[in-house]
Amino acid sequence: MVFDKMELREVEVWDGNFAAAQALRQAQVDVVSAYPITPSTPIVEGYAKFKADNYVEGEFVMVESEHAAMSGCIGAAAAGGRVATATSSQGLALMSETLYQASGMRLPIVLNMVNRALAAPLNVNGDHSDMYMVRDSGWIQFDAFNPQEVYDLNLIAFRVSEDHSVRTPAIVNQDGFMTSHTAQGVRPLTDDEAYGFVGAYKPMNDMLDFEHPVTHGVQTEEDWHFEHKARQHNDMMTYVVPKIEETFEAFEKLTGRKYNRVEKYDMEDADVAVVCMGTSVETAREVAKEMREKGIKAGVVGIRVLRPFPFAEISETLKGVKAVAALDRSAPGGAAGMLFNEIAGSLINADTKVILSGYIYGLGGRDLTKAHLVDLFNELQANADAGKILTKQQQFIGVRGPKLAYL
Amino acid sequence: MANTGWDGFEIGAMLRSFDGAVDDIAGTAQEDRKYSPNNSFTASVADWRLEKPIFNKDFCIDCQFCWIYCPDISIISRDKKMLGIDMDHCKGCGICAEVCPTNPKSLIMYPEFADEETEIAQWPSKSEEK
Repeated sequence: MVFDKMELREVEVWDGNFAAAQALRQAQVDVVSAYPITPSTPIVEGYAKFKADNYVEGEFVMVESEHAAMSGCIGAAAAGGRVATATSSQGLALMSETLYQASGMRLPIVLNMVNRALAAPLNVNGDHSDMYMVRDSGWIQFDAFNPQEVYDLNLIAFRVSEDHSVRTPAIVNQDGFMTSHTAQGVRPLTDDEAYGFVGAYKPMNDMLDFEHPVTHGVQTEEDWHFEHKARQHNDMMTYVVPKIEETFEAFEKLTGRKYNRVEKYDMEDADVAVVCMGTSVETAREVAKEMREKGIKAGVVGIRVLRPFPFAEISETLKGVKAVAALDRSAPGGAAGMLFNEIAGSLINADTKVILSGYIYGLGGRDLTKAHLVDLFNELQANADAGKILTKQQQFIGVRGPKLAYL
Repeated sequence: MANTGWDGFEIGAMLRSFDGAVDDIAGTAQEDRKYSPNNSFTASVADWRLEKPIFNKDFCIDCQFCWIYCPDISIISRDKKMLGIDMDHCKGCGICAEVCPTNPKSLIMYPEFADEETEIAQWPSKSEEK
């Protein structure tokens, strides 16, 4: 069977979902096993339409739940296919058991996660609760801040995930609605360039290799389970990080677009900085520029790769800064925010006097406005001037009622 | 066990069924296959069983129902001739006896301690159709 190629303009107007669907088409994904959920639905719908219109040679498997969707992906990946799906929020929650199966079985799968709040109360809008929920599931996690990056990171994710030294599934995060449904200019590659970058799928231990039958998903108890998990972590730390770096470099060579595990904006001489993810990075960049006009040396750090966590790079980037804010878009449930904790961990043994404060913001799609960020940078500058933290270590931004502060 | 750490396995929770490449495995009898030590063929689960099937070949018509239905591939059949039961892997579920269509049945479940020769000597006779 042959499929048709698609003529694309130099700049297309795509939202994050369509950008992801186009990347799945260009990577010629063999199997998409999916169950629709807002706001990720148009990704798998897009792939299904491309398939129906003969722009892709593959299988779309309709299943009865997200648990089954990822199970289908696992089966297809074990069989030896290039596999992808998409989900959000409650769907991810139902899928979460099988995420651990996929990573433990070392199956390359690309999951587009369109970040959305977790019920209750039910909410379809963007926050990072779902991203945080599976952060320790053994998947690589990329974070896109806009549709262009969704497209780019999908192509990158296949190439990293399927590498035989990696063989670890990857999530590409994007903010629900703010990225997924906001059409912007996207510069795509041609079909040939994109497929050339991702490369043909190279199977490993595939079930369709009838000369070498394998059993996938075996049981180990206290005798070997620990070694399997330790090796998984070891490979994340040892092989995945350089493979991501190498793939980012190759992508820059091809497109001129440079990605870093930690994205730094105006950080060379920054006194104060915010660390955040998703679309907030772009808002914060704009505000940082404006703060600089007012004499505050503000910078922004965006986490491009959440897993493996860029421990040393974060430490290196922030240790010379006077005051840093960690912005967590997920309900912390009785603890400091995840980014606060990860950043604190990376700084604790560094030679630094940086003041770290944590902020919870944007739950359920609540806007993070420029005014919020101006106040935040001013608060950080006050901390920097005082040489100590003047507020509680955890505060909330943009929530109604009395000002909340803890820790 | 030698302390080889994780070098003792390949990545992923996967195990190979055979040592080396195989060809026409479906046409190779189990006893002639080069099973890897990881394959469960070499592991006995006979002690999971509380009841066992006893096979009486005098009434068997080689219909292969038991062979098809057995969930543990424990019916040994060659060239569509029923030979017996792989007692290392049979878990005593009784499905073979349930699906056996002969009258009297050629497979009947007995307590694990029952003696095969004794039971075959006193095998039930044909019952009237109801």
